[in-house]
Amino acid sequence: MSAIAPVMNGQAVRMRKPMVNPSLIRAVTAIGAFLILWEVGARSEEWFGFTVPWVGLVPAPTAVLVAWGPLLADPGYWQSWWLSFARVLAGFIAAMIIGIPLGLWIAVSRLFRGMAFPVFEILRPIPPLAWVPASIIFWPTQEMSIAFVTFLGAFYTVVINVVGGAQSIDSRYIQAAKSMGSSGMDIFRRIILPGTLPSIFIGAAVGMGITWEVVVAAEMISGGGSSMGGSGGGLGFFIWNSYVGGSYEQIVVGMISIGIAGYLSSTAIRALGQRFTPWLSSR
Amino acid sequence: MSTANSATIRQPDEQSLSSAAAKGAIRIERVNKVYDPQGAAIQAVDDCSLDIGGGEICMIVGPSGCGKTTLLNAIAGFHSITNGSIFLDGELLCGPDRPRAEPGPDRVVVFQNGALFPWQTNLENIAFGPIMQGALSKAEAFEKARDLMATAGLLGTEDSYPGEVSSGVRRRVEIVRALMNDPKVLLLDEPFRALDSLTKSVMHEALLNIYYQNKVTIFFITHDLEEAIFLGHRVVIMTTRPCRPKKSILVDIPHPRDYSVLTSPRFRELMDETMEVVHEEAVKAFQAGEKEGA
Repeated sequence: MSAIAPVMNGQAVRMRKPMVNPSLIRAVTAIGAFLILWEVGARSEEWFGFTVPWVGLVPAPTAVLVAWGPLLADPGYWQSWWLSFARVLAGFIAAMIIGIPLGLWIAVSRLFRGMAFPVFEILRPIPPLAWVPASIIFWPTQEMSIAFVTFLGAFYTVVINVVGGAQSIDSRYIQAAKSMGSSGMDIFRRIILPGTLPSIFIGAAVGMGITWEVVVAAEMISGGGSSMGGSGGGLGFFIWNSYVGGSYEQIVVGMISIGIAGYLSSTAIRALGQRFTPWLSSR
Repeated sequence: MSTANSATIRQPDEQSLSSAAAKGAIRIERVNKVYDPQGAAIQAVDDCSLDIGGGEICMIVGPSGCGKTTLLNAIAGFHSITNGSIFLDGELLCGPDRPRAEPGPDRVVVFQNGALFPWQTNLENIAFGPIMQGALSKAEAFEKARDLMATAGLLGTEDSYPGEVSSGVRRRVEIVRALMNDPKVLLLDEPFRALDSLTKSVMHEALLNIYYQNKVTIFFITHDLEEAIFLGHRVVIMTTRPCRPKKSILVDIPHPRDYSVLTSPRFRELMDETMEVVHEEAVKAFQAGEKEGA
């Protein structure tokens, strides 16, 4: 067997264009294989008489689908989606609105960096969830407490990325802009801001992921009650409620729902990023 | 102070600059630059004097790290000088009372690795200067940019980002971007270093063509002797650190030049002459480096 690619009529066979996008084929194959292994593992007891560890205790995907069907017609389920999305968006947008200017300020002002950065670095290692009790005390409503914790999840990542991005802008760009007659404001608007955009979107994508992690945990902790004046609920509470109610299929439904929600969010951010940083996607 | 230290190297005769522009004469007078990182005073430039005539292409050659770029940065206004003064057309850029020149569009730098803004299209990059200075409206700047791009053979790349075009095109875009500011002086810091030799030879002719259309003074740092002699009215060889002109070689090959010059006997003679001086300094720099390393 020769190592040279097979050649037919003088043309390499590999030149043929595939009929279906190969990355789509790979994705479908991988998800399919995963589902089959899961199904077989979950039904191992009833099919083979022994329980595969871990997977054997999880509801099978078909069972999850059966449980999911009626939920799709249940407004309560969609209410959970909406509540979680609203909290994620509120916290995320607040983190962007506060985090981007703060990060830029830390990056460009040595004085402000000297004052703000130490405080920031002490607060940053505190996990957002450790803020839950304090934020329940701080904020008048449960809704605001959850939004605040969600905000913290994205905030640090956004700030760190903006600071890093703005500081790593090549000094030649600034020198070139100066020698072509740019004012300080011009340099900020035309060099530092666009130069930081890629990092802003990286921070946003990572921050969005953390936001989903945090919102679900915060919803589980705060529960569905309205004793604090909020409406409770959300996908995190949906999972917790299913666990308490003993509906294991619904737990998995909730988990997959969060997976889909997170995927949709990060896809939206990626699309936005490509729109605002066209010079990167065209490479 | 020995006379050799302060020897001013004179500019070439006016005739040898083909219809030289009057503007853009640089006078560097006894400039010193001492870097002082952590108290270890490093003399980068020592009592350097150099006269560059308006419209001259002055090629600066010297060992790596000898302080050529320091000199360029002082002219551009990116770095200060310790003492001495630098004049542009008789006006003081930096001197005793003003250690650092104000960067300005009359002296534009083309950087070694390029500094086109990746987030702007080639056209936006080129139109950047006049818009920033408020010299032209956006529409006027774009029009002028298109005209200049046409003369530099860059039409068709206006709406591409710098990351999407070849390195040769990028370098030309950057030179055109500098010229958009109608500078008196173009400061080029090894602009073609990263290019392969084929692209480089095309770039040399492109640069000369651009130069013939816009006579500006060119202060050009390079390590490539062939490049230095092919382009320059004069080649100034610098000593190893601290940097000071060691020898100035007039290139008496008439402009306009094209690539046939490279095979002419005179070109070879000049190459030999330059090579000898440069080699001497390179050996010194190498030995000095070995001492520092030891």
